[in-house]
Amino acid sequence: MLNNREEHFDAQTLTVAQIMEIKSFTFRMLVVRLNDTLIKKEDYSSASVNDGDDLKIIHMVSGG
Amino acid sequence: MSTFNQIRTILSQKTIGIAGAGGLGSNCAASLIRSGIGKLIIADFDVVTDANLNRQFFFHDQIGERKVDALRDNLLRICPFASLQMHNIKVSPENISLLFSTCDIVVEAFDLADQKQMLIEYMLENLPHIPVVAASGLAGWGGADMLRTIRSGSLYICGDETSEVSDENPPLAPKVNIVSNLQADTVLGILLSENK
Repeated sequence: MLNNREEHFDAQTLTVAQIMEIKSFTFRMLVVRLNDTLIKKEDYSSASVNDGDDLKIIHMVSGG
Repeated sequence: MSTFNQIRTILSQKTIGIAGAGGLGSNCAASLIRSGIGKLIIADFDVVTDANLNRQFFFHDQIGERKVDALRDNLLRICPFASLQMHNIKVSPENISLLFSTCDIVVEAFDLADQKQMLIEYMLENLPHIPVVAASGLAGWGGADMLRTIRSGSLYICGDETSEVSDENPPLAPKVNIVSNLQADTVLGILLSENK
């Protein structure tokens, strides 16, 4: 699940960084949660996402 | 459902932290006080300016005052009995725990995206038992029906996640008010669902 929608990728396991590239997440500030656990920027390329995982990539944009 | 007195009895025992007293924080605080939240802990280091008055809960005769002082005065005019802890300080990883560790919920009400991310990441890592209600995407006008709340565990994000503030897309009262009140409503939802 990516942002509450079911997504299918060719590979069985992908890193968070690979999914961001495939899905073109280009915003500078992101909050990433994998199965409700925070993934920090330095871990995007090492954190692996498996079939059935719940991944949320949330855009943080300025304004308040 | 509960009567307002029952709701107020529950909310009067709760403490909400608000990080930032600008467009989001000032309006969210007003709604929470009107709803009967017992105590607010609010931190901001800024001063009220003319440019703030297009969306923030301040008045023309408060220009030049510290936001925490002006907001305290305004909130006490709504509810003179409210317990308010105001901190004229820039929120940073060094003081978040000190400021907000006693809160039932923390509202992220900053302007800049990197500040928003800093608070969210700090809270999730260091105070994971406290729900965080953040905001992202509220600039300009139009598309107000795209404003919503998404949830991931104890993290809630209100807004459309896309409309970023810039010179050509300034924050304006209607959407800022909607998002700040989405945040306030999310706070009530979390607190009152515990007692259903």
